[in-house]
Amino acid sequence: MKNITFAKKTNFFLKHINFDKIKIALLGRQGNDGIIFKTIVYYLLISVGFIYLYPILFIVSQSFKSLEDLLDPTVVWMPRRLYLQNYIRAFYSLKYIETLAVTMINSFSPAIIQMFSCALVGYGFARFRFPFKNILFGIVLFTFIIPTQVIMIPLFITFFKLNLLGSPLPNIIQAIFAGGLKSALFILIYRQFFTTIPPSLIESAKIDGANELKIFYKIVLPISIPAMVVVFLFSLVWHWNETYMTSLFLGDKLTTLPLKLQTLNDEYSRLYLSGSVRQRIDINESIRLAATMLIILPLLILYLFAQKWFVEGIERTGITGE
Amino acid sequence: MKKRYKLNHRRREAITGFLFISPWILGFLMFMMYPIYFSLKMSFSKVYITTNGVDTQPIGFDNYKYAFLSDPDFVEKLLNFIKFTVIAVPIIVIFALFVALLINQPIRFRGVFRAIFFLPVVITSGEVMNELFSQGAASLPMLNKYGIINFIRMSLSPAWAGPIINIMQQFILILWYSGVQILIFLAGLQKVNKQTFEAAAIDGASPWEMFWKIILPVVKPFILINIIYSIIDIFVYTSNDVIIMIKDNMFKVATGYGYASALAWIYFSIIFVILIIVLLIFSRKEEYFKIEKNG
Repeated sequence: MKNITFAKKTNFFLKHINFDKIKIALLGRQGNDGIIFKTIVYYLLISVGFIYLYPILFIVSQSFKSLEDLLDPTVVWMPRRLYLQNYIRAFYSLKYIETLAVTMINSFSPAIIQMFSCALVGYGFARFRFPFKNILFGIVLFTFIIPTQVIMIPLFITFFKLNLLGSPLPNIIQAIFAGGLKSALFILIYRQFFTTIPPSLIESAKIDGANELKIFYKIVLPISIPAMVVVFLFSLVWHWNETYMTSLFLGDKLTTLPLKLQTLNDEYSRLYLSGSVRQRIDINESIRLAATMLIILPLLILYLFAQKWFVEGIERTGITGE
Repeated sequence: MKKRYKLNHRRREAITGFLFISPWILGFLMFMMYPIYFSLKMSFSKVYITTNGVDTQPIGFDNYKYAFLSDPDFVEKLLNFIKFTVIAVPIIVIFALFVALLINQPIRFRGVFRAIFFLPVVITSGEVMNELFSQGAASLPMLNKYGIINFIRMSLSPAWAGPIINIMQQFILILWYSGVQILIFLAGLQKVNKQTFEAAAIDGASPWEMFWKIILPVVKPFILINIIYSIIDIFVYTSNDVIIMIKDNMFKVATGYGYASALAWIYFSIIFVILIIVLLIFSRKEEYFKIEKNG
């Protein structure tokens, strides 16, 4: 008796549930908009994102650890107390202000110059017809795959003869001639961008009597600011991070933040190990990671503000070849 | 009369065009062409640094012979590096495609996720990467826990176990190479017409089928771009063993600039050959698909 009523009740219940709706909610209409699918997507994104950020989280957590926390295996992510001494020591060992200034000069100046010189060349390739244009542009792209190792020794000798080593000038001079670090890529970005400018706009300026150079900087450049920002940012960041040529060009006289990491141990022992025995503290991972954090910090801040330009730039400037 | 004007016009355009690209032409001749010539010449010479500058004495193929036959490190380092590339590039490209597919979904915080995956492009310098690697921040934390590395060491021949373990130990850094590639895939995916998906869904296609039948064909050209980009990216990355070796040899008295140049040229020819192989494989496949479509 009881069983029958139960069956009846369930039957009644089942009749009034809309299974299709549940199915759609769980599985979705198109296979990718249901709850199950979305949960999987979020789960994957968050876990992959965590793996991705792991080194940075590691730096942050590790760099605030005091020596006791560092040696204590029970302390994994959260230091017992906020220990700022690592940062202070790293700050002095890096000679932070001085090195930051050098790094900025060494990356801002070529970036600004590359932003203009590559625009000029990109415009030349985008707008004018001239003989051997395709071959020349092919050479531009080809330079992208020539590793700097092939040309660096002659470049080194050239700038040595010109007596320009030990200064940011080798980078700057190459930038003036639309060369240097990844300029092939920048010329490509500009070319792709300039081909999207409607020719009628340029024609009308021409009718008004402007010459080509005037058209370029009065009309083309102002509407190309998005592309210019992208090129500038990438050039800046890549010059900032470049250590191979930079170490050759700058020699021992000047040093940039990433390069300073190589000599951090020496600098640290010079500063802190020469004192009295009581104060001696050997350099440890936390101090090195605090230094690493200080080195990437300016870029992190820049990325925080200019993130949109970095991320959307690649799509917007059509670098993928539309 | 008219014809002459046209000719003049054309010539003027050509001259203006050349003027616009002239900085690049000059720069190319000075900082590319000449160094390339000079470096080739040095690679076939013994180079002496004198007070007056550089003195070269031609010695034929000796530098190249030395690199392959006598140098105890070079061939091994080169082979390891090629193995590394062969394993790492597919990981990077597949990972980039995977992440791009995830981000391409209509989800919240898309911008945040994109920002996360592009972040390494901004902060990676060789030195910082080395630091992270040496501090053990670059490998997946679970690798050591479950003894995966030991398992690989036991079950594979040392020639391949080495590079694979090397990759596992810097797995996150390898994933970090895929920022630009993710965005390139994303730009490609956004070209897929939304209506195509809807139509496929109405016909009852599963996401799995949609991936193989709709997404993959669209994404294919971008796979090639990304493979090429990744290869170049890895090869010019400044902290690999071969590049460090080239730099070290520059300042060694016994070997010097000549030998370092020869190493650089061998290195470049290998990139070039690998790129050509990739292009050949992919263009052939493309043809195969074309025939299949037509037939």
